[in-house]
Amino acid sequence: MDEPVAPRGLQVTDAEAAHVRRRYRSERRFRLLGAGAIVMALTMLALLVTSIVSTGWSAFYQHSLKLEVYFDPAVIDPDGKRDPDTLRSANYTSLARAALKAEFPEVEGRRDIRALNGLLSNGVDIQLLKMVQADPEIIGQRLPVELIASDDVDSFLKGFIDRDEQESNRRVKDNEIAWLDALEAKDAVVAKFDALFWTSGDSREPELAGFWGAMVGSFLTLLVTLGLSFPIGILAAVYLEEFAPRNKFTDIIEVNINNLAAVPSIVFGLLGLAVFLNFFGLPRSAPLVGGMVLALMTLPTIIIASRAALKAVPPSIREAALGIGASKLQVVTHHVLPLAMPGVLTGTIIGMAQALGETAPLLMIGMVAFIVDVPGGITDPATVMPVQIYLWADSPERAFVARTSAGIMALLGFLVLMNALAVLLRKRFERRW
Amino acid sequence: MADGERFDMSATKAKVVARDVSVFYGEKQALFDVDLEIGRNEVTALIGPSGCGKSTFLRCLNRMNDVIDGCRVVGSVKVDGTEILDDGIDAVQLRRRVGMVFQKPNPFPKSIYDNIAYGPRIHGLSRDKDDLDEMVQSSLEKAGLWGEVKERLQQPGTGLSGGQQQRLCIARAIAVRPDVILMDEPCSALDPIATAKIEELIDELRESFSIVIVTHSMQQAARVSQRTAFFHLGVLVEVGETERIFTNPVDERTQGYITGRFG
Ligand SMILES: Nc1ncnc2c1ncn2[C@@H]1O[C@H](COP(=O)(O)OP(=O)(O)O)[C@@H](O)[C@H]1O
Ligand SMILES: [Mg+2]
Repeated sequence: MDEPVAPRGLQVTDAEAAHVRRRYRSERRFRLLGAGAIVMALTMLALLVTSIVSTGWSAFYQHSLKLEVYFDPAVIDPDGKRDPDTLRSANYTSLARAALKAEFPEVEGRRDIRALNGLLSNGVDIQLLKMVQADPEIIGQRLPVELIASDDVDSFLKGFIDRDEQESNRRVKDNEIAWLDALEAKDAVVAKFDALFWTSGDSREPELAGFWGAMVGSFLTLLVTLGLSFPIGILAAVYLEEFAPRNKFTDIIEVNINNLAAVPSIVFGLLGLAVFLNFFGLPRSAPLVGGMVLALMTLPTIIIASRAALKAVPPSIREAALGIGASKLQVVTHHVLPLAMPGVLTGTIIGMAQALGETAPLLMIGMVAFIVDVPGGITDPATVMPVQIYLWADSPERAFVARTSAGIMALLGFLVLMNALAVLLRKRFERRW
Repeated sequence: MADGERFDMSATKAKVVARDVSVFYGEKQALFDVDLEIGRNEVTALIGPSGCGKSTFLRCLNRMNDVIDGCRVVGSVKVDGTEILDDGIDAVQLRRRVGMVFQKPNPFPKSIYDNIAYGPRIHGLSRDKDDLDEMVQSSLEKAGLWGEVKERLQQPGTGLSGGQQQRLCIARAIAVRPDVILMDEPCSALDPIATAKIEELIDELRESFSIVIVTHSMQQAARVSQRTAFFHLGVLVEVGETERIFTNPVDERTQGYITGRFG
């Protein structure tokens, strides 16, 4: 930055010149500090994103073993009546194992057979069951099926397990590596986009664990939160800002709302446990209760933001409407609230984004349980995205590390989406001046 | 309100009669026992140094002081013989009959059309869309704005120039067919040309409305008003024919003010 020179013809004394130089120096220093702060923040962000993406990307694809499975009628449906109950209770695992054994007829001995079976995920029975349920005609046929590999095999194939490591320290033994090599030579090892992650609920087996259940849980919970806190928040803000008299009592309310916004979220969880679960007897682990607890937490945020937005509407607009005989309620609903809407919506979405990332209060009301089924309604047991991430981060299996990071990516994705929505809504409403 | 009814009320010439009006902001008294009559179909100007209570008095006439926390009005204000300071009077209904134009032009952030149509809509004054269109047009015509905006009725009112905005606000006020229009320094934010237009307009509007205008410009008071009231420190010092007030004031405070010795 060049230092500007004094305009020609302007006499400057030495003292003045020194003063001006000092001023420019301090300005330059300030700018440098500011730029430095931004660079630091961006570096941190880049580090965070890189570390999450680099560990999490591998959860988005999954290895399977492509084997000829014989849908043996004797195993699936011995009496040939195609009774759904019989079909459901059949031993599909044995079919998958038979298919694998057919590839390696030479494997003998209980230990080796157990090791061979270990290449396949425990979830293959469900995989085959679903195929049969979808089309019972396949019973009796011999079809190539891509059977999900176990998490250790998947980790090995993704290169996370080093084959040069000493065998005793390796999760995948020499014989297993040999089988996998043989299968790979036959092009029977396939890597594909892991649809399960986006379509299923949690599981004890990392290769079967999906994020969809937590996503639906978060959605239902936030739906309840929004449904409660948005109308209540707006009503409270409008009443306090436009109708309530200014006195000691309303001052106390105002102070308390501000305090409430700073209360640690776990306290709301305890409150929810004591009031909603123990006193009112609402279901545990349910999005209904989770949503109610998070609504308590987001209400202060929404009220404070809405009041600020209402306050920012110029008084001249109120006077104009009052002056032609609008009632107080008409002034608010026709003029003030529409003008305050961008601010109200921004506050609401910020509150929702906070609620989306909240874990602690939900632990208190049992949303931390291990839940396999995708919730179908607001009273079904459910978990939410951040809690699911927490649960996976706590699991010992190696493959859960990637799932954890993948979950974080999904959560961050939703946060970015919500913020984009906030910007979009602001723009939309502001276009009406 | 039918015209016939209005004539029945015209037993006295005064449209608005204020008696012993005092106003308090909390403990502080801003207006002291003001007695003032506002003539029918004429322009009354309120003048006086800043802070003397002109706006405060004006806001008593449509009870806009109601919305100020801690503001208390005592005394009596009668519009067409009806006491309006009674608790039983609906301030919202009153403001339909006593309209107001503010110091700073304050159109709604809506289209020009909606600005005018808003009043008739909330008071249910129009039978149908055509009726409403007609009301919008006649209000804009009366405010001398129709020619300038008829092509752009759907554009925002906030996009007009300052003078046009103020005339839009006047059109908005007359759209609900009030009897009285209160104007609080309507030209103080405008340039001389826009001011001249508004003054001309005020003179025309006098035929249909009773007008009270607060102004800090004595020339303006002299130009547009028939009667002038001079306020000083919350007291109504002197009121009379505008010409007399400016040529032959009785009170020496009035004389001091109009000759520019204070203000
Ligand atoms: N909202 C208010 N709260 C407290 N005091 C006020 C308020 N409005 C006006 N006042 C006081 O009342 C007096 C008269 O004010 P105002 O009527 O606005 O004077 P003017 O319009 O003649 O300049 C002033 O002393 C002013 O400080
Ligand atoms: Mg004033």
